[in-house]
Formats: sequence, C-alpha cells, structure tokens
Amino acid sequence: MLKHTEYEPVIGLECHIQLLTNTKMYSSDRVEYGAPPNSRLSPITLGHPGTLPRINKKAVEMAIILGKSLGCTITKRNEFARKNYFYPDLPKGYQITQDKTPICTGGHVTFRLNGQEKKVNLIRIHMEEDSGKSIHDLDPFNTLVDLNRAGTPLLEMVSAPDLRSGEEAYAYLYEIRKIVRYLGICDGNMEEGSLRCDANISVRRKGKSGFGKKVEVKNLNSFRHVQKAIDFEIQRQIELLEKGAIIVSETRAFDPAKGITISMRTKETAQDYRYFPEPDLSPIILTDDFIQKTFEQAPELPSVVFKRLTQEFNLPEYDATQLTENKEFALFFLQTSQHCKHYKSISNWLLVPVKNYLNENGIGLHELSLTPLQLAEIIELVESGKVSHTQAVQKLFPAVIQTQKKPAMLIHELDIVLQTNASELESVIQDILNRYPEKVAEYKKGKKGLLGLFVGEAMKATKGKSDPKAINQLLLEKLNQS
Amino acid sequence: MEINDALIDHIASLARLGFNGEEKEEIKKDFSRMIAFVDKLRELNVEGIEPLIYLNERKCFWREDVPGEELSRNDALKNSPSKDSDYFLVPKVLEK
Repeated sequence: MLKHTEYEPVIGLECHIQLLTNTKMYSSDRVEYGAPPNSRLSPITLGHPGTLPRINKKAVEMAIILGKSLGCTITKRNEFARKNYFYPDLPKGYQITQDKTPICTGGHVTFRLNGQEKKVNLIRIHMEEDSGKSIHDLDPFNTLVDLNRAGTPLLEMVSAPDLRSGEEAYAYLYEIRKIVRYLGICDGNMEEGSLRCDANISVRRKGKSGFGKKVEVKNLNSFRHVQKAIDFEIQRQIELLEKGAIIVSETRAFDPAKGITISMRTKETAQDYRYFPEPDLSPIILTDDFIQKTFEQAPELPSVVFKRLTQEFNLPEYDATQLTENKEFALFFLQTSQHCKHYKSISNWLLVPVKNYLNENGIGLHELSLTPLQLAEIIELVESGKVSHTQAVQKLFPAVIQTQKKPAMLIHELDIVLQTNASELESVIQDILNRYPEKVAEYKKGKKGLLGLFVGEAMKATKGKSDPKAINQLLLEKLNQS
Repeated sequence: MEINDALIDHIASLARLGFNGEEKEEIKKDFSRMIAFVDKLRELNVEGIEPLIYLNERKCFWREDVPGEELSRNDALKNSPSKDSDYFLVPKVLEK
C-alpha cells in the first residue's frame, strides 16, 4: 500500500452499446430482449449459405448522432470487415465489424467528478453485431445456445488511456450511460447487457510517459464491478512490480463473488482474427448533407443541459446534477420553465415533493399525471402568496394529481387560501397573547423559543390558512413593542 | 513463403482441424503448391493501382429499420445436429 503513490494507473475503457433499433444490424429479424429462445432469427443471422447481409440505416444514423454529439469526425466511406473466430454463439464463424474505417474517430467525453470537469478522449467508435448467448448452467451435459441476440446492432466505443482510477472509470461509464439514454440510442441497462464494458489497465512509475504492459479485464457487467475490478487490478500490478516480477499482457476475468481478477489463459494463437474486407456489403458512403440532417434530430447531451441549468437558469450545481441525473426530470424542468420563471422553485419542487411522491408510489415521472403547466400553476400560487408552501405540498399537489382540476380552483375547494387580511390576523394574534400572559412575560425575560408556541397557536386559530411568515413578523412586532 | 509444421499447426487449430503425421505432409505439399500458384501474381507491377475489393459497388445499399420475415423456432433449429425444443445444443464449452 505504501508504494501506491509512486505509481500511476493508466486505464482505457471499451464500451459495447446495444442500439435501440427494431431490427438487427444486417438483417430484418427483430431485436427483443427476453423473447422466447431462438424465436427472433432469420437465415441471414444464422449464416445459412447463400444469404446476404444488408445494413440497417437506423443503426448508421444512431452512430452518427452519438459521434457528432461527442465531437468525433464522421468517416464518409464506411467499409465492413470480417473478424474470424470460432465460438458456438457466433453462427457465421465471423463477426461483421468495421476494421480500418470506423464510422467515428476522435472526439471526447466530458464528465464531472468531485466538482471537477474531466475530459476523456475517444479513439474510435465503430459499428458491429452482437453474438448469441451460451447458457452453461441449465443442462449438465450440453451448452445451450440462444441466437436471438446474434446480429443485434452494437457500437464499440474505445477511449484513449486517459483514466487514472477505478472511480474515474465509474464516473466515465456513468456519463456514457446518461449520454446514450439522453440520445435515445440505447437503454443503458448493464444488468441486461445492453451496455457492457472491458477495461485495459496498466501502471507506470509516476512521471514516466511510456506505458506499462496492459491487462484487459472482461465481464464487467455493473458499475460497481468496473470500479472494483480496476482497483483490484491496479493493486495487483503494483504488488507484482514491487516484487520485481513481470506483468504478463493477458486477458483476465473479474470474479464478482471474490472481488478479484483471474487469468483467462487464452493462447496467443487464438487471438488471430484474420480480418479481411466483407465482400457481401458494399461500403456505406455518407454525404455531408445526410450527416447534417441526421444530427439535427439529436437531443442535447446531459453535459449541455447541465451547463444550461447552471448558466441560463442560475441553478446551483447540486440541483443541476440531480436534475440531469434523469433525462425525464431535466426535460420536465425545461418544459415547466416555459410557464414559470421561479426556476429554483421548480427545481425544489421536482427534487423534493415530486420525487418523494414518485418514490412512495413506486412510479416514474412519465407515469405521474402531472403536466409541466400544472406544476407551474401550483408554484405560481405559492409564489404569489395565495397558498402556503406546506399546504401546497400536502394538500394541493396530491389533489391536482387526483382530480386534474385547475390548481387556482382547488385552493378554494380545499379551503387553503392564505389569510391575507392583516387586521383579522392581528386580532387573532392579540387574542393569543391575551390568553397566555405568563408565557409572554417569560418570552420577554429571554425565553425566545416560545415564539414557536405562539406561531403554532396562530396557525391553529386560522386553520393553517395564514402565512407563517406574516404571523412571525406580526408576533415579533407585538412582543417587542410592549 | 515457407510452409512449415508450425504454420500448418496454427492454421489447423484456427480451422478446428487435426492432421496426423502423414496428412500433415500431404497438406504441406498442397499448401506449397497453392502458394506458389498465387505467388505468380507477384510478378506483376501493381504500383499505383488501388486494390479492387468490391466488384459491384452500390452506393448506400442499406435497408430501413422495419421488421421482416423471421424463421419459426422449429425451422431455425431444423438443420442443427443437436438440439432440444428450444435451444441449439453444443458440447459443454468450458467457462473462461
């Protein structure tokens, strides 16, 4: 542990992003997670003789949207290649991928970690297809193969070795998930494998510019695993170097139960993929016009929305972080802001009462029958002093959801309109002070905590319809004058 | 290009084939003949000539993202030498 500070970890991530298309990358059988086994297949996916693949245009458009959003250069002439390897869940015996002409090169991802902005460069993003699934634990004598997933469109996104810790890798991957969800190109569900990641990890002496021998860690199917596997691997490599041992360039798998990485002992010869051009697919030639038109449909990135929330709407970074966490919340904020200028109040409402309501009812924002306009109207009523914040949260908000009536009408029906008549309020307060002469005396002797008692009595007397702020002010005036 | 035992072993393992001693000698001879035949092409001067990869290059021959015909599971599994009602069966693949 002591020597840890003398080394610098160097980490790059390869992410596989399953695209939310209706059909597969090279054929028109459906993409559907959880479908009955081997029910989403075509002769093309199965690699039957004489079949010819054809590119899914939507997948190309999604690749352009991701690439342009991240500042990548889009490749105009896209060729495809065969990557040959033998595995039962790869029906053709090769994967159709992009080798020399990845659709995106360059670009970068920015994310925030501990209040700092971090930028990670991208090397490439290319289009390819997923494999099927092998099931090892259902049958004691055979491996079962379900080919439904075979041919699902994937984007492989390769980062530069710009990450320096497991924590950074976690934050980077978290940002990737937010990005693909904002762009609507992937559901980002790591448990279902629609977002997967491998990590390349090496360590070097601090101040050195070269790279150490790198180890690839596979099987990272949750955010926590990514961070844990990387932290373990860094420690393992440093310990080896400290012992004077040599780090072997190899592929290792993460064992989540033990929290360690294990060598997969793949033979060097097995890595010979014999890439060659896919003769069955003509190159896809993209024009500037097509790229531009495709990108015009792209939604904003979470980091862009974050900047707008802090700069255009003056929200604190905490609020902006919380709101952009979930695309639905960010959009709801932006829509509400068109009807109501009390931006901080909108944020407060979304992050506290609305979020609590969703949690209590176990639903998502899209399942809540509340429109941005309704929320704006509730907030306007509070801000203009027609109803207290407490009453608005406890009574008005649930009533709007249940009845779908106009908030301005509901405050009358619920009888929660704030008492604004000052002379009425004054007589109520005078009554209370008259009722508790001893308490008033104690207060004047310095027991300032009694103010709460008077406020509570006044609220009770006005059935919660008076503004606590106004009561406070009047009470202080009265108590301090006599 | 020299066709030696190591190369034959490598190619055989990639193709999941096995050759015994006699077969290996045979295949070595075959390979040498094939390579010599193709090596003839090296005599040509191809300087400045781009490799021709696609004989029939059609611009953006892509398809819309619309579901098309699918195979029934029965049909999909039909040609498999080993299957049950739902899955293709293969010999146990050792995990990792």
